[in-house]
Amino acid sequence: MSWCIKNLPAMQETGSIGTADGSSLVKLGNTTVICGIKAEFGAPPTDAPDKGYVVPNVDLSPLCSWRFRSGPPGEEAQVASQFIADVIENSQIIQKEDLCISSGKLAWVLYCDLICLNHDGNILDACTFALLAALKNVQLPEVTINEETALAEVNLKKKSYLNIRTHPVATSFAVFDDTLLIVDPTEEEEHLATGTLTVVMDEEGKLCCLHKPGGSGLTGAKLQDCMSRAVTRHKEVKKLMDEVFKSMKPK
Amino acid sequence: MAFLDFRGGSGRVQIVSKRRATCGRHSWSPRVGACVRRTHLVRKRALLGGSNKPRLHVGSGAMEGAMQTESKIRADSRTEPGPRGPGCSLRHFACEQNLLSRPDGSASFLQGDTSVLAGVYGPAEVKISKEIFNKATLEVILRPKTGLPGVAEKSRERLIRNTCEAVVLGALHPRTSITVVLQVVSDAGSLLACCLNAACMALVDAGVPMRALFCGVTCALDSDGTLMLDPTAKQEKEARAVLTFALDSVERKLLMSTTKGLYSDAELQQCLAAAQTASTHVFRFYRESLQRRYSKS
Repeated sequence: MSWCIKNLPAMQETGSIGTADGSSLVKLGNTTVICGIKAEFGAPPTDAPDKGYVVPNVDLSPLCSWRFRSGPPGEEAQVASQFIADVIENSQIIQKEDLCISSGKLAWVLYCDLICLNHDGNILDACTFALLAALKNVQLPEVTINEETALAEVNLKKKSYLNIRTHPVATSFAVFDDTLLIVDPTEEEEHLATGTLTVVMDEEGKLCCLHKPGGSGLTGAKLQDCMSRAVTRHKEVKKLMDEVFKSMKPK
Repeated sequence: MAFLDFRGGSGRVQIVSKRRATCGRHSWSPRVGACVRRTHLVRKRALLGGSNKPRLHVGSGAMEGAMQTESKIRADSRTEPGPRGPGCSLRHFACEQNLLSRPDGSASFLQGDTSVLAGVYGPAEVKISKEIFNKATLEVILRPKTGLPGVAEKSRERLIRNTCEAVVLGALHPRTSITVVLQVVSDAGSLLACCLNAACMALVDAGVPMRALFCGVTCALDSDGTLMLDPTAKQEKEARAVLTFALDSVERKLLMSTTKGLYSDAELQQCLAAAQTASTHVFRFYRESLQRRYSKS
């Protein structure tokens, strides 16, 4: 079995979109994904009155690849959206209780729009990085409920960052007949591969998601190798992300 | 030019038409090079046992003494109705094949209270936009019990489709489509595993060529790290992590995996080993079920 080490995120920018509450742009080789987060008010769900919502949506438009047509989201976009929703849910990246303003009445709803500008494979990794970076960039204003009028008063001058508890990092592999595993595959490699595997790990080595949608079989030993590679990748990505945030000017 | 249509169960050959021209629902398809019913490719079908043979095979998930692995597998001691016997870790399962007349193959798989009905149409005519020149196009449609199919169903359809694509020998039927339709009849935990098992049994019933069989196994890890196989809906909700695996029958390799919740690498290996052991029992059940169905006695 041989490894093929490919690109790290080559470029990461945060705060590029002025109209969004949080944003980021990630380039993984040629794959480019931009994430914009808008925070709006909403009523919390009745079965969990002290929780807010995080609603991800991955948009794969005809711009990024010839394979996609305009219209309702295709299967790949829906699968990617479901994957991001699962990562948010499983890794507990933010506590949904932090998004609650008034139990049962008002909570924040974070709409995360991930738009792919250029699809050259490994979209799941790029979307996860972009989402994490954008969430770290989000600043929510302080909201108080006026008891007399029962309306919410937003103080735009006082903003605070979200409390990001974990840093899940996704590592994708293209599997070729159980003999060759390529990390961070390009679109051509994905197309020729007999299977794919995505591992999402957080900093303590805990797995949030092991996504292997079919394809050729893998033995337990190969899976173990993938895990160790995912740990190394997590360290590399975390280092890059820390550099980017240090260089960001505080608002 | 005559084409023969074997109808299972009758034991007789019936020549439907001696001409190329249409005979009701059949018409010549130059692309495929055969007379084709618009939803049905005519092909030879092995004569199955008569319809008076029992179609229902019931098996139990008894794992007598085989579960002596190191992992902490809890011997079931629940007080819910229909308990699993002591030493068992899989719920009682049952399978019925060939229960629908319209699809080429159909199967109903029951695991405890979870039940899924699967129907397979194929190899059949494919839309030109979807055709692949050198292999069959596989399609999976999953219908939830209530409501309209949403994004979660699309994600599951992708998982089941990719698993089936890995085992079905699509190269034997190029430019055709094989459609697997799954209907959730009742959901009491381990739904995805039940869907995979039903899909496999339906593909076998339809006579689609496969390189291996596959089965689905679900594991749940609760907060103190105890492993539970084939969890019920209540156990899934209370668990810290739920892992579903699809394993193939030849070497028990991992074909598909999807997980929910947080767990460590060591726990993953433990669950995988337990799932591989459990899959032996599911494959044994498949074998017995099919042997019973096709035996002449």
